[in-house]
Amino acid sequence: MTDSLLQDAPASATLPEWFRSTKTAAASAFETLPMPTRRDEFWRFCNIKAFDPQDFTPARPVAREISAELVAASNGLKTSLGSFVFANDQLVARRAAPELAKAGVVWLPLSEALVSHSDLVARYFMQTDSVLGSAKFQALHGASVKEGSFLYVPKGVRLSAPLEAFHWLAGSGQAVFPHTIIVAEEDSSVTLVDWFKSAGEARNMACGVNDLHVGSGAEVRYVSVQEWCRQTVSLHTNATTVAKRGSSIHLGLHLGGAFSRSESLSRLTGAAARCDMLAATVADSAQEFDQRTLQDHRSPETYSDLLYKNTLYDQAKTTVSGLIRVEPHAHKSDAFQKVRNLILSPDAEANSLPGLEILADDVRCSHGATTGEIDAEELFYMQSRGIPARDAYRLITYGFLNEVLERFPCDTVRETLQETLRARLRSH
Amino acid sequence: MSTEVISQIDVDRTRGDFHYPEQHTFDAGTGLSHATIDYIADVKSEPDWIREFRHKALDVFFSKPMPTNWASKDLENIVFENIRYYLANSQRPTRSWDEVPDDVKRTFERLGIPEQERKFLAGVEAQFDSEAVYSNMKKALGDEGVIFVGSTEGLKEYPEIFKKWFGKVIPTGDNKFSALNSAVFSGGSFIYVPPGVKLKHPLQAYFRINAENFGQFERTLIIADEGAELMYMEGCTAPKFETATLHSAVVELVAMKGAKIQYVTVQNWSANVFNLVTKRAVAHEEAEVRWIDCNIGSRLTMKYPGVILKGRKARGEVISIALANNGQHQDTGAKMIHAADETTSNVISKSISIGKGRATYRGQVHIPKHLKGCKNNTECDALLINSTSRTDTYPAITVRGSGNSVQHEASVSQVSAEQIFYMQQRGLTEAQAMSLSVNGFVNDLVREFPMEYSVELKRLIDLEMEGSVG
Repeated sequence: MTDSLLQDAPASATLPEWFRSTKTAAASAFETLPMPTRRDEFWRFCNIKAFDPQDFTPARPVAREISAELVAASNGLKTSLGSFVFANDQLVARRAAPELAKAGVVWLPLSEALVSHSDLVARYFMQTDSVLGSAKFQALHGASVKEGSFLYVPKGVRLSAPLEAFHWLAGSGQAVFPHTIIVAEEDSSVTLVDWFKSAGEARNMACGVNDLHVGSGAEVRYVSVQEWCRQTVSLHTNATTVAKRGSSIHLGLHLGGAFSRSESLSRLTGAAARCDMLAATVADSAQEFDQRTLQDHRSPETYSDLLYKNTLYDQAKTTVSGLIRVEPHAHKSDAFQKVRNLILSPDAEANSLPGLEILADDVRCSHGATTGEIDAEELFYMQSRGIPARDAYRLITYGFLNEVLERFPCDTVRETLQETLRARLRSH
Repeated sequence: MSTEVISQIDVDRTRGDFHYPEQHTFDAGTGLSHATIDYIADVKSEPDWIREFRHKALDVFFSKPMPTNWASKDLENIVFENIRYYLANSQRPTRSWDEVPDDVKRTFERLGIPEQERKFLAGVEAQFDSEAVYSNMKKALGDEGVIFVGSTEGLKEYPEIFKKWFGKVIPTGDNKFSALNSAVFSGGSFIYVPPGVKLKHPLQAYFRINAENFGQFERTLIIADEGAELMYMEGCTAPKFETATLHSAVVELVAMKGAKIQYVTVQNWSANVFNLVTKRAVAHEEAEVRWIDCNIGSRLTMKYPGVILKGRKARGEVISIALANNGQHQDTGAKMIHAADETTSNVISKSISIGKGRATYRGQVHIPKHLKGCKNNTECDALLINSTSRTDTYPAITVRGSGNSVQHEASVSQVSAEQIFYMQQRGLTEAQAMSLSVNGFVNDLVREFPMEYSVELKRLIDLEMEGSVG
């Protein structure tokens, strides 16, 4: 049924053998795996019909003058140590501060890393099975992926500034397969921001995968800013594994797209590993956001904390399904989960499915989910001080979502995200 | 904290673990077919519409697959062919205590029924196996127009009252087990409380399973007319057998405008019982329905009492305690379906997992579009006693539109080592301290039960805790 999606992916002969066979295996897995339905627990409440891969073909490279425009429009962080600009899964611009190479950091587009660091990439490329329902789409990604970011930070290297990558999607009926790999070796520290943007307003598809590997005592801070156009359907899966004493912070700022599903797994494999999972979502018009998470505690004394906040306008729909799982031997683990929905319209719909599966006894786990509207008293207070209702609404909404951004420790990144969020709320 | 398990002592069930030789006059044999349905309908000499209802339900049962979404794998171990679907000692419930056979009487005496009745109960409908064996109502209740009868009698004698709501709150096709119940139901309580009548004393029924391989399919329908109030209590103790026993009840509650219904259950099935129950209520304008539920024992319990909040300002509540011991899975929860403005619901669930026990909470809260002023509060707390214990929480909350507020909270913890240490210092054994601590965990909910139930409940919890700490 999706031949058109797969046939355009002839693996280049220069690519390593393991990668070509991985792609072939993924292609056959994609064809055999059934399309998920709403009856599957992982797709409950999900408007799966929005996601027929049949409607799309692999993205074609963009014309030179367009890519120049996109590079010019790639304004992200004020300071960064390096950046990539991809347009339709093709590298169109790159920058790397000299200090990266000096420290032994590998910052390469995936297509180059596959050739120059084949063994290293093989060790980390899509090593985690899909556990949140998207096995079929992950297989599609595996079969189709061509480009992405590969970031390897050696032992003890602590990068002073963040890195960033822009993933542009242009044309119509096109599909891109962005990929991001971060490998942070022992006691290293790194921050990466991925920007997902559209050139134009046509209907396209994105099917992305992240592999984040946090070594012992390492710190990885990863941000994904999703600003697809209002016609785009997207599905991103993220797999983070954290070794002992490692810590990861994963922040999603979800602003665009028609239908966006994101799956995020944080697997705490080493003792005293920690992860923070954060997301702020602005949903309006008929946008649908579907977020599925798993906090997977596999070692003792691990810690995870999730905070997902959604604001809903118009006929928007959000679903957050989060599961905390504590394995039998993962004693003295703490796991927390908070989902907050702010509904600003009589037609919006918020679904929350917070879940716990606890198989160890010496644990502290809790989850909370709330759904509500703006407090009339807060609004009255602001209006009585001369703030027009519209501004008051916007201020309260911003404050509500900003609580998520405030949890991100890196100032330069946070300030940029706050600006992006303010711009998004300006129309409300 | 040292909660090392020395031995997982099988809980002392001497209280409920006894049975007498079976002497069933009517027995439909094992297995299920349309002939079984005809047999049941013949024996009960039911009118044609009930017979037809049963036959249709059986077809639905056959056509429906086993539940997949919320189901546990253990469900596959139910062998429907090996179950006896109907047997009864006699067809008419006997009203005088003297007429009750001696061995049955002895069983009930050990359960304390006559004593409790002497105390203050307004009426007793005691079900032994399928049919109500003993049924007695105080004259005063009858004078007020209160009807308290078994399901067969209710449908035969008062169709004008019960037919209207029978199978309406929980349709036959709701799930496979509600279809099964609709096909083979017998026993249970049908209650009607006329407008404005407020019952001061609770109505009570005891259910017991006494025959091996025998499924119990009682059917309960309670209607509280405008402004009426009642409390209904259902207690279960089942004797222990080697092979699995199926219990699949359907309980429908209807609270008309301004009515109040409290439905109290204390369940203590033996560890081989499959307890798959569908319980749902409809609350009309300003009505209030409370499910107060305590689940102890059984091999697998799946029970999610629900309230459909149909009228403005209706209120629904589920208060539930679940205790899962070795080999037991308590899969319980609540459903709150808001269907009118300003409706409120509250769910408080506490579970305790001991040894290899597993307690699961599943919840559904649904607030559709264009409703205003709806509120839901859900709290689930789980306590894990041993390192092999397990607990899960799977709520699903849907809110459409602004103007409503929903909050859900859940926590999982273990008994605080400091608390245990403190109590041990003051001379309690570790087991005593643990028991006290667990009782403290559920205490605020236990208080919601009627007095004699809360005493029994604390004792049941103590029994279950025996042997869980070394």
